[in-house]
Amino acid sequence: MSEQARDERLAGGQGDAQARSLLDKIWQTHLVAAGSGAPWIAIDRVFLHERTGAIALEGLKQRGRTVQGAARVFCTIDHIVDTRPGRTDETLMPGGREFITRTRAAAQAAGIRLFDVGDPDQGIVHVIAPELGLALPGLTIVCPDSHTCTQGAVGAFAWGIGSTEAEHALATGTLRLNKPASLRVRFEGRLGAHVGAKDLSLRLLSRRGAAGGRGKAVEFAGSAVRALDMEARFTLCNMATEFSAITGMIAPDETTYQYLAGRDFAPRGASWDRALATWRSLASDEGASCDEEICIDVDDLAPMITWGTSPQHATDVTGRVPEASDSGTTQEAYARALQYMDLKPGQALSSLRIDAAFIGSCTNGRISDLRSAARVLAGRKIAPGVRALCVPGSSRVKRQAEAEGLDRIFRSAGFEWRESGCSLCFYAGGEDLGLGKRVVSSTNRNFEGRQGPGTRTHIASPATVAASALRGSIADVRSLEAA
Amino acid sequence: MQSFRILTAPAAPLLRDNVDTDAIIPSREITSVSKQGLGLGLFAGWRYRPGGGREPNPDFVLNQPRFAAARILVAGENFGCGSSREHAVWALADHGFRAIIAVSFAPIFHDNCINNGLLALSLPRVMVAALAQALLAHGSEPCLTIDLERQEILGSDASVIRFSIDAEVRQRLLEGLDAIDLSLRKLTGLDAFYQRDAQERPWVYL
Repeated sequence: MSEQARDERLAGGQGDAQARSLLDKIWQTHLVAAGSGAPWIAIDRVFLHERTGAIALEGLKQRGRTVQGAARVFCTIDHIVDTRPGRTDETLMPGGREFITRTRAAAQAAGIRLFDVGDPDQGIVHVIAPELGLALPGLTIVCPDSHTCTQGAVGAFAWGIGSTEAEHALATGTLRLNKPASLRVRFEGRLGAHVGAKDLSLRLLSRRGAAGGRGKAVEFAGSAVRALDMEARFTLCNMATEFSAITGMIAPDETTYQYLAGRDFAPRGASWDRALATWRSLASDEGASCDEEICIDVDDLAPMITWGTSPQHATDVTGRVPEASDSGTTQEAYARALQYMDLKPGQALSSLRIDAAFIGSCTNGRISDLRSAARVLAGRKIAPGVRALCVPGSSRVKRQAEAEGLDRIFRSAGFEWRESGCSLCFYAGGEDLGLGKRVVSSTNRNFEGRQGPGTRTHIASPATVAASALRGSIADVRSLEAA
Repeated sequence: MQSFRILTAPAAPLLRDNVDTDAIIPSREITSVSKQGLGLGLFAGWRYRPGGGREPNPDFVLNQPRFAAARILVAGENFGCGSSREHAVWALADHGFRAIIAVSFAPIFHDNCINNGLLALSLPRVMVAALAQALLAHGSEPCLTIDLERQEILGSDASVIRFSIDAEVRQRLLEGLDAIDLSLRKLTGLDAFYQRDAQERPWVYL
């Protein structure tokens, strides 16, 4: 046990001194060396993408440094690549092609496996890593991308880093890191129909704020989390970075093992049996302490949606724009958010007409997300004047959706059906949704300008996005069902 | 990496909470595979009038003459949240910023600052608010001095604020140490780690 771990346990003052958390166990397995300052932690997987990959790999080369453990480094093309059908390396974004071609060249030169444009396994990094069995319980996983925390859902320690840190991980096989404080978030109860992981995360953000988990390793637990399928768990952990946490993680269980079994890069045969035995010992021990715990009852949770310009500006989809005093934010931030979003205090969210609907992203671009939206859309048409897009999170998700006929449901309803990538989750592909346009989006960030200059983003679950596209205004998917 | 010891420079207040990296450098401003030349895109959504051009928005703090040459930014809570893009730090540095004093920082952004020799200092909200108030109250271009060795901020009114900072971060900034060089020099035991770990967790090593 490291000195620091022991100190933290003592400081916590609760729990069994011998009992260890999921984080404690992964931390101790990966501690390479401690000196003065932060210890060195072994990194099991590094992922890169074209926005940051070329810069990191070229930076290394310029300094005469080489990639350590290239077989455990993977790169994908997801951020800037076009998602319109028939895409090539060309992008609408000026200069976008260079990000792709230079990342490709740098990955090839370094001997890194690249999931390139046109590769059947291409997709958004945090969708393909678990899909391919590259994210496994107990691993340390980093990527110069804040949503790397998504991958913590398999019981890994996964976190986003900057480009320089990525170079450090590539050059040394390690990162220097002080052990983060721990925060256990327990969601207890049973979720109602059409309420899911996205709503859980927005509830947490609305209660505790966008800085509520700052720098902490969040472990999601409780009966509602145990009941989530694996893809919903990715959604929940994905949003941990919006909480300013370093990571979100969920102890592996049968749901995790069933999801991972047989995946391309997952162990097989005797190796699987051995890995499984190790993974079964990863869950936090009974009585393991944590620095802080939050418990949220979810029995009565409604579908959630954001009204403002921070993910913490969230409320029930049936609700209203809060008054300043109930907004959980400063008067200045509240006034700015209302001005940017063109809202008035007390306005019913259901009264807001929308211009666009977006389904996709590393948050909600998996097959279960597309299925839940398609169930809402089946046999219906989106409202006139609404532009709607569905962008599968990976090429595999796209093929699976097409095999199930979901693409036909989306198209018949009036959605565009795209190639996989990050797309309009943000503006990097060069497309935007337009100045002053209001969009309901299954993505993760409603920041000013995130989906294009002046675009007004409301984030919600895929089911809520689909229902809103049908009605042409923000809609409660539950009332649509009853109609 | 450029070292940071003592800096006397103009400072500007931007006391919004949760300033995200999309605001610091919007995606549309990141148009080449480079760490250079990003300063023009800094705070583009706020700094320029809507429409995508470069016409300055006179309301934005850095467009006010007395704050235009700022090298120190005084900011709110959770500064640099959102995307991990190091471009946000490269843009701040390219514009000329050398230090940010905030109520708190988003963790990835904080580390990105240090890795680029940009001082990221946290102070309690009341102290940050007082500092910003003094900057706004100052008639002409207000300056601050940040002395990293003495861990002090000096106002132009001779006020002194003591600050604390992680000892290792302080040392790296003072000496301008490159973290990768440091690790390549100092890290030992990695081979032994791999040997042991490959026995215990063979499925990790593809």
